[in-house]
Amino acid sequence: MDKILEIDNLVTAYQGKEGFVKAVDGVSFDLNRGDTICIVGESGSGKSVTAMSIMRLVEFENGKIREGTIKFNGEDLAKKSNEEMRKIRGSRISMIFQEPLTALNPVFTVGKQITEAILFHYPIGKKEAWRRAEEMIRLVGLSDPKARLKQYPHELSGGMRQRVMIAIALASEPELLIADEPTTALDVTIEAQILELLRSLRRERNMSIMLITHDIGVAAEMADRIIIMYAGKIMEISDTQDLFDQPLHPYSKGLLDSVPRMDGERGVPLNSIEGSIPRLNEVPDGCRFSPRCPFATEKCHEEMPPLEFRGTRQVACWHVDQLLENDSLSNDRKGGEFIESGIKEPSY
Amino acid sequence: MNPESKSLPTEQAEPLVKIENLKKYFPIKGGGYFTGSKKLVKAVDNVTFEIYRGETLGLVGESGCGKSTLGRNILRLQEPTDGQVFFKEENILAYKGHEMRKLRKQMQIIYQDPFSSLNPRFTVGEIIGEMYDIHGIAKGAEKEKKIKEMIELVGLDPSRYHNYPHEFSGGQRQRIGIARALALNPEFVVADEPVSALDVSVQSQILNLLMKLKEELGLTMLFIAHGLNVVRHISDRVGVMYLGKIVELSETDNIFDNPAHPYTAALLSTVPEADPRLKKERIVLKGEVPSPANPPSGCHFRTRCPLATERCAIEEPPLLEVRDKHFAACHYPLEKGQTLKQAISSKEQSQESVTI
Repeated sequence: MDKILEIDNLVTAYQGKEGFVKAVDGVSFDLNRGDTICIVGESGSGKSVTAMSIMRLVEFENGKIREGTIKFNGEDLAKKSNEEMRKIRGSRISMIFQEPLTALNPVFTVGKQITEAILFHYPIGKKEAWRRAEEMIRLVGLSDPKARLKQYPHELSGGMRQRVMIAIALASEPELLIADEPTTALDVTIEAQILELLRSLRRERNMSIMLITHDIGVAAEMADRIIIMYAGKIMEISDTQDLFDQPLHPYSKGLLDSVPRMDGERGVPLNSIEGSIPRLNEVPDGCRFSPRCPFATEKCHEEMPPLEFRGTRQVACWHVDQLLENDSLSNDRKGGEFIESGIKEPSY
Repeated sequence: MNPESKSLPTEQAEPLVKIENLKKYFPIKGGGYFTGSKKLVKAVDNVTFEIYRGETLGLVGESGCGKSTLGRNILRLQEPTDGQVFFKEENILAYKGHEMRKLRKQMQIIYQDPFSSLNPRFTVGEIIGEMYDIHGIAKGAEKEKKIKEMIELVGLDPSRYHNYPHEFSGGQRQRIGIARALALNPEFVVADEPVSALDVSVQSQILNLLMKLKEELGLTMLFIAHGLNVVRHISDRVGVMYLGKIVELSETDNIFDNPAHPYTAALLSTVPEADPRLKKERIVLKGEVPSPANPPSGCHFRTRCPLATERCAIEEPPLLEVRDKHFAACHYPLEKGQTLKQAISSKEQSQESVTI
């Protein structure tokens, strides 16, 4: 399979008051060309930092790639100079952000910002650039492109701004689009529109997408493959269907089970994961999830399990077999099961 | 009489809070410099419903639909422009200062953002203790005992009495917010997006806590949220808001299994479901929520509604009982078991037959 992105043992650290804090700690994964991969995690999991590392944007916010390689079409982005990165950023790899109002420049019109992106990457005239900008506006589903190009970001709604962001990101026909929580700031009906747009763009342009989200529902709808991250480490990598059929990592399972389902039993206690996410400067020894894990043993507190293959999937846990055994005993994954299978009760 | 003031579901259950024709208009600048004509944003526009004793009523809607404003107006944290709010059959909008302060013991609010809703200069003990001070309920050792009981009730360690908010995680802070709201043993609580700012793995902890406390303390709760799965899980009945109005109101199962309003049906079809096997017929609504400063004529939803006709532009649909105990404000409500897609295709067919 043709791989557009191969990340190996990426370590990204930030300079803090008490030395370096590793926000991403030894992350490795591949992305096949034309696929959509989702990185799912909670705040502080390192999912955004992974994306910012690929774009080499961490350097602008006091961070540094300390180890590892980021191969994009075989070339290591971690070793590129800033000048070389500028040519790749926004042209072969584009990124869209969570909050489109802060990502757009408030003092320039939409047209100016899209044509700027086009002119930077293509040797064409201004007129031709505006014509292409109009095309882009139409492509992302905004009506009346001529009028839109003359508007300023504050004149647009949240959903429209995100469409403009996507138009700018796609203006250079990138091979890889990184979307960092693109719909988190939007309402459900607008979220549905933007996800639909991303799906259709991916089909039409055979683009690879890396989507970062905290919403397991969005990942279920968009991803071919899902990466579950926790406190800077990858816990599990699985094809979407496999993950939802049977999560292999206790954290994945906890995450899946703690979301109320639209067809689940109402009013019953939800399965929840005890405790809270550790701060990055006080990550526990051994497996990062061990203090919250119902399966944790002595070994887990001492030794971080490696991310190992299990068929086509990868998981970093010492107790996968126990989890599987437990789950096969109780096929019913509905409310209350976490308790019955001898695991700690939800913490109330 | 206003169509919306027709009485809503009357069951054996007794209403604790009754809201009648409640309006909250915010003036915005408009018109010329000299004319100074004021435009109004109708954040809550003539809303009538009841909240029964002991139930959890969920309120859903997109941002700007007025759900939070409605919650705050019911508690008189903002003064309504017009209308009535009855708490135990007494019109609380007529209450004066000290009467209202007494009443505050019985109605409390839990806020969305556990970072900005707690005073960073107060310890947990002081945050909760303030409630007892203001209402002169307890002092000294008795106060401290009560505070520690509250801290324990929400699942925190009472030894953290002297800690400040920044020493807690988001979920723990929300627990403190809940402890503060429940400190005076209220009967009615408005929970305004209590889990939206929290991480997924922590959300379920807080939902479980709310469900447990509601049960133990016999609370009546207005649960405001935009996450449909969360509202479905926790609510007995659900109201759906759109641009300042309640467009549908019924028991939770009715709303989620057989929505009557096309907006509800579309909203439900777009929820990203945490299961890739559930391939739904997704109805993606076109366009965006119009500005509440300038809502469409007639039915506010008609500009995005796949079923809208000319009638919808002229005549505003009242909130009526379309099925048993199921209220919807629509001229063309879906029939029981009918999907929005079916309704759209039958509308298209009938239009074709007219043109032929």
